[in-house]
Parts: sequence; C-alpha cells; structure tokens
Amino acid sequence: MDEHKIEKHTIAVLVDNEPGVLARVIGLFSGRGYNIESLTVAEVNNADHLSRITLVTSGTRMIIEQIKAQLSRLVPVHRVHDLTDEGPSVERELALVKVAGTGDKRIEALRLADIFKATVLDATLTSFVFELTGTTAQVDDFVGLMGQLGLVEASRTGVVAMSKGATGF
Amino acid sequence: MSEQKLTGAQIIIKALKDQGVDTIFGYPGGAVLPIYDALFQQNDLRHILVRHEQAAVHAAEGYARSTGKVGCVLVTSGPGATNAVTGLLDALCDSIPIVCLSGQVPTHLIGNDAFQEADTTGITRPCTKHNYLVKDVNSLARTLHEAFYVARSGRPGPVLIDVPKDVQFADGVYVPPAEVKHKTYRPQVKPEIARIEEAVELIANAKRPIFYTGGGVINAGPFAAKLLTQFVKATGFPITSTLMGLGAFPASDSQWLGMLGMHGTYEANLAMYNCDVMINIGARFDDRVTGKLSEFAPGSKKIHVDIDPSSINKTVEVDIPIVGDCGAVLEDMLRIWKARAKRPDQAALKSWWGQIEGWRARNCLNYNRTESVIKPQYALERLREALRGKDHYVTTEVGQHQMWAAQFLPFDQPNRWMTSGGLGTMGYGLPAAIGAQIAHPDAIVVDVSGEASFLMNMQEIGTAVQYRAPVKIFILNNQYMGMVRQWQELLHGSRFSQSYSEALPDFVKLAEAWGCVGLRATTVAEVDDVIAKMLAVTDRPCIVDIAVDPKENCFPMIPGGKAHNEILLGPEDKPSDATPEDGMVLV
Ligand SMILES: Cc1cc2nc3c(=O)[nH]c(=O)nc-3n(C[C@H](O)[C@H](O)[C@H](O)COP(=O)(O)OP(=O)(O)OC[C@H]3O[C@@H](n4cnc5c(N)ncnc54)[C@H](O)[C@@H]3O)c2cc1C
Ligand SMILES: Cc1ncc(C[n+]2csc(CCOP(=O)(O)OP(=O)(O)O)c2C)c(N)n1
Ligand SMILES: [Mg+2]
Repeated sequence: MDEHKIEKHTIAVLVDNEPGVLARVIGLFSGRGYNIESLTVAEVNNADHLSRITLVTSGTRMIIEQIKAQLSRLVPVHRVHDLTDEGPSVERELALVKVAGTGDKRIEALRLADIFKATVLDATLTSFVFELTGTTAQVDDFVGLMGQLGLVEASRTGVVAMSKGATGF
Repeated sequence: MSEQKLTGAQIIIKALKDQGVDTIFGYPGGAVLPIYDALFQQNDLRHILVRHEQAAVHAAEGYARSTGKVGCVLVTSGPGATNAVTGLLDALCDSIPIVCLSGQVPTHLIGNDAFQEADTTGITRPCTKHNYLVKDVNSLARTLHEAFYVARSGRPGPVLIDVPKDVQFADGVYVPPAEVKHKTYRPQVKPEIARIEEAVELIANAKRPIFYTGGGVINAGPFAAKLLTQFVKATGFPITSTLMGLGAFPASDSQWLGMLGMHGTYEANLAMYNCDVMINIGARFDDRVTGKLSEFAPGSKKIHVDIDPSSINKTVEVDIPIVGDCGAVLEDMLRIWKARAKRPDQAALKSWWGQIEGWRARNCLNYNRTESVIKPQYALERLREALRGKDHYVTTEVGQHQMWAAQFLPFDQPNRWMTSGGLGTMGYGLPAAIGAQIAHPDAIVVDVSGEASFLMNMQEIGTAVQYRAPVKIFILNNQYMGMVRQWQELLHGSRFSQSYSEALPDFVKLAEAWGCVGLRATTVAEVDDVIAKMLAVTDRPCIVDIAVDPKENCFPMIPGGKAHNEILLGPEDKPSDATPEDGMVLV
C-alpha cells in the first residue's frame, strides 16, 4: 500500500451545539494544516442540543487517522465516524444556481435543469434560480454546464452524508 | 436540602475548595474584584500574588508537577488574560493540569470593545485543552467541576474559564462535584488486554530491547513510576527517558542509560538506533528525540503506550499501539509478564548489554576539567553532590544550562524535576520553583538558570520574598544566550548575531536590593563554598551568580535532521557532512 497516497474521506461528527464548537473544529484544521473540502453543520437534536458536522477532507492514511483522533479528543465531541471507511454511505449536496439569459440559452438551461431534476425556485423573464440536489459530481456537472449558459452565481451547501442500512450514529 | 443561593464569586471559592484546591496563583484587576473580595473573606484558600500573570501559570505548573494536583490560576480580563497565554500554552505542550479563571467584562458589554475586553476564549482556544465562557451563574459550579475533571483526566492540560463580572455578582445555585458527570469526555484508561498480551510476547522475544519512557509516566502518578521500575527490573532491560520523564525510573540504577535525544547520552541514543524492540511508555516521539525520522530506530518493532490516541501513529508508525493510562497498562503488563513462564533470551540480552557497556565506556558526558575557568558541568556536579540525600526539587529555565541540568542532575523519584520541554519557555524556571516551594515549604528548591532566561521573569523574586519562599536561583552565567550561540557556532559560521548578554545587572546587588542573599563564584575554588552558603539560606531567596566558561558547548548533540548514530560527542567532532538544508530549517 502506498503510504503517500492521498485519500478523500467524508467524516461525520456529533457535537454538543455550544458556542465555539465550530471554531474548535475549524481551528483544528487550520492550526494543523489539514484540508477542508467542505463542511456543513446544523443542529439535529433540539432536545439534547446536538449538532452534526459533515466534513470532507483529504490526506494520507496517517493524516486521516490523525484528523479523526484529533476530532475525537475535542471535549464537546460525542462521536466521530469515517463514512468512507465504515462501509457504504449516501452523500448529497444542495445547490442554488442562478442563470441569466434569453432565447436559446434560456431554453437550453431549462432543458438541462429538467434532465438534472433541478427545480425552478425563481423565474423572471431574463433569469432562473434553480435548486439542485445530487452528488458533488452531479452538482459540479450542472454548474459547469450552466457556465456556458449565463451562470450568475452558485451557492452550495457542501456534502451531507449518512451510512446505508438500519444502524445510526 | 434547601437550595442555598451564593454569589458567583462565592460559588467559585466554594467549588475550588470542594475540588481540594488550597493554593491559587493570581493577580487582581477590575474584572475579578468580586472574586478577590470573596477570597478576602475566607481563610481556607491561600492566594499567592505573583508579579506577572505568565508567572502565575508557571508557578501553578510547578505546584502541579511537584504535587500531582491540579494547579490553579486567577487573572483579570484583557491584559491579565493575554499575559497568561504563554503559560497556558506551556502547560498544554507539557500536559500539565491547570485550571485558570479569568475575569471578563460584563455580559452585556461583550463584543463592544469594552475597557480591558479581550476575546479570551478565542485567544486561548488553541492554547488550552478546553475553555469556557460562563454567561449564566447557575452553570458556574458545574462548569468549574467539569473544568477540573477535564484538566486532570486523560492527557492532562490547562482549562480556562472566562467569567464575566456580572456573573460574579449574580446569585446562583451551587452544586457539589459529585453531581457533575461529563457527558462526552471519557478517556480510555484501561487498556485492551489482547494488546498487552501481544506486547508481552514481543518483549519476551526481544534480543536488543529498550524502554523509552516519557512524561506520561509522571502524569500517571508515582504508582506508575513504581510499576515501571518493577517491570524494568523484572526484565533486566536498559531504559532511557525523555527530558519530561526524568525521575520515573531511578537514575542511580545500573539499567538507566540517561536521557535520549538531541542532547541525550551516546549510549541511550545508540541503543535506540540499534534496538530490535522499543517499548515506549508515555512518550510522544518528539522531534527532539527521534532526529531524522526515516532513520529512527530502523528495523525495530515498536510498542507505544499512550492515553491520547492522537499521540499514536502521529509521526512514527508503531506495531503495537496501546491506548490507556501508563499505570493501568503497567499493572497489566507486569501481571501478565510474571504469569508467563518463558523468559527472554539471556545470552542475547547479555551481548546487548555488552554492546551498551561499550558505548557507555565512551563516557560521553566527560568534559575538559580545568582549574582555570568554571565549567558549567562542574558547577552542576558540585550541586549534585551537595544535594545528595537531601529532599530537593529542581526547575530549570531554557537553554544549555537546562540540558546540562538534565545530564548532570540525577533523579531517583518522579515529580522532582520541572522543566519547560515542549514550548521551551525561557522564564519558566523561577516561577515554577516558587510554585514547587509553596507546595513543599521545607524542601530545597533550586532553579537552574541562565543569565538571559532569568531576566525574563526576574520580577518574581518579589513574589518569593513576599511569601518567604527560599528558592535558590543557580545562574550558570556564560554571558551568552548559550544555546543560541551554540547553534550559531555550529550552523551559522560563528556569526553570533544578537546572542551576547549585554548590560547584565550585578546579580549579587540585585539580590540585595530585594533583601535576598546574593552570592558569586568566579573561580573553581569558590564553587563548593558558594553552594554550601546557598543551601544554608532558608528564610529568603538566594541568587547565585556562577561565572562559567562563555564558550562551552553542550554535548552530546545530534544536529537537526541527523540520525541517532550521527551524534557529536565534543568540540573535536564535526558533523559528518554539512547539515542538509532540510535539517537547517528545523528548530
Ligand atoms: C532546548 C531544549 C532541548 C531539548 N532537548 C531534548 C532532548 O535532548 N531529549 C528529550 O527527550 N527532550 C528534549 N527536549 C524536550 C522536548 O522538546 C519534548 O518536550 C520532550 O521530548 C517530550 O517528552 P515526552 O515524549 O516524554 O512527552 P510529554 O510532552 O511529556 O508528553 C507525554 C505523553 O504521554 C501521554 N500521557 C499523558 N498522561 C498519560 C498517562 N496517564 N498515561 C499514558 N500516557 C499519558 C501524553 O498523551 C503524551 O503523548 C528539549 C527541550 C528544549 C527546550
Ligand atoms: C521566551 C523565549 N524566547 C526565546 C527563546 C529561544 N532561546 C532558546 S535558548 C535561548 C538562550 C537562553 O540563554 P540563557 O538563559 O543564558 O541560557 P544558556 O543557553 O546560556 O545556558 C534562547 C534565546 C526561548 N526558548 N524562549
Ligand atoms: Mg547564558
């Protein structure tokens, strides 16, 4: 096995939703020079004030193991799961994509949106805002295509992920 | 029981007492006045007034390391808190349990750039194991108890609690420690038995084994040090330790090889390089120890015991990782070892010791003994003889003198040696000595110091005088930032850029200005007499200025980026080739 191979991992972290917890996680990554490709966070359990962070990161095997160990030792962290390592999982991203144009380009944008199962959240005579949910690659593709059809801006949530099957976090 | 209301400040005092705190090191200011008022109105908690907040943390570190308890600190908002930052990071790097309380501007002013406001939790987040901002007086007691638990559990470290002034005044409910359970932080103390069995098997089949132990054994407590000693004696293996682990195994024992690493002994480093089985107990493969990673103990099988999973496989990949407390692990190891019939190959072990004795015979700590100038090593040898058999503690500053102290002062017990290893903070030694002296008023406490380091926190002489802490400041005065000078000599063409200690004070007069005893030795003949006089002072601090050879360098030395077998033994040894660029960039 090549110890220098860069691997991409999706890591889910269950934390106490308390002030500063996100700063701790982000500070860990910036302070130790780890990569963050995307990070999403929101409270998932109101009663116990638990938030779930989904992180996509990359590094050698040794660094990925370090990242997990470092995350686990943060005091407000309940659990750390490496979804990439722990068997099959599903990942999704949501994107809002604004496209402006008229004529053929506008028609083509709408047609592609249909193919990608994007929905229209806002329409004017010269623009659309599409909502698209998919894998990171699908969102990349869609945004890439819109680039040629009058893309104004895109806003993406980053990945949220979950293991397949009956067992939970 | 009816719920008794206390003010936030009273809650803090009560929580500290219930946590067994008897001493707190601090410095007052506007944002902690209510706490100081509550301190004034009680007699159980002793407050030690330092002269700078950095020193409050170092003093608490000295107190903590010499007692095994959590050290406690109290500082005001803004500059009080920022002054404490170096101390907090020092404690984080060396795994010292500290609880630091800081005052904060009232809750309604937070974020307003109020007077003496600092984002203390933001600033200290990467310098603490954990920190809290308490906005509700009713969570104050719980937070305090939690802070003590976090500071001392698992890998110990500093925890800061920021308390706004209005919370200190507000009335709230107190909860005792027993009712507080931590919901997330539960470090693994007990190891997996299967791993211990694997480790014992490897140990039993070793031909060239070595124990490499560290600060984790000290953190685990005197019981762990005792078990370590038993296990090492039972195996007959050689043992070396990091700077932070000195004293866990008695230095007077024949199996002791001395410290390893950059300024470690020849025999310890070569035994590490040539070993076939390395048993790391509570050490963290620091770069000062491993040297060039790709040539670190090549061909060895490694066992690593550490309570912090993030220490394992961080820089060095090991064969048998064991997560757990050193004490718990050693207990299991020793039991399983004793139950096992088969013993290691004695012939192999004998030949291994033969090899080690060969390295030992090089007498790597030897130095040029001369009558014409006081060698720093000589001064420490004489100090060692004078301290022999006496109840004593040693702290150090940072530099050559620190390394010489590690090489020349032997420790037979844990918790007797306090030094800033991970952060390497000049100015640590004096306040740490004061903390240790406050905890052990009848013992001898010596701060082995350099003239440059001493200047970094010398204001603390005032603290020592106030509390009649008879600390001994043993300055090896080489008129240089010697460690910097040494690197400049070896790696920067002897261009001694800014490393000369210009405009030094007269240390004897300085001592006298504070009402302390000041002593000086400028000749070899005076050294013993000055040490004897120093040890005779028991009611006030004593500053000793030993004029040592300004040119002496600290050997052995493994230059940055080199492997253990490229160790330099003395001035006549030159690096095998020019230090490679990747070595030059290392600190
Ligand atoms: C100028 C200078 C020169 C230096 N030269 C050297 C040198 O030549 N040689 C040298 O050794 N050092 C040297 N140092 C010190 C060096 O920088 C490190 O601080 C030191 O090597 C680290 O010691 P350690 O590995 O024992 O780890 P520590 O910093 O003491 O860490 C302890 C480890 O044990 C673990 N632990 C904590 N509690 C427990 C427990 N209860 N059970 C199990 N594990 C636990 C922790 O998680 C951690 O991994 C030097 C420092 C300076 C300033
Ligand atoms: C606060 C701080 N600043 C700078 C350094 C870098 N440094 C390491 S050793 C040293 C020189 C120490 O000189 P001295 O106290 O006289 O000790 P000596 O090496 O001469 O024994 C310096 C400047 C440090 N470790 N800490
Ligand atoms: Mg000096």
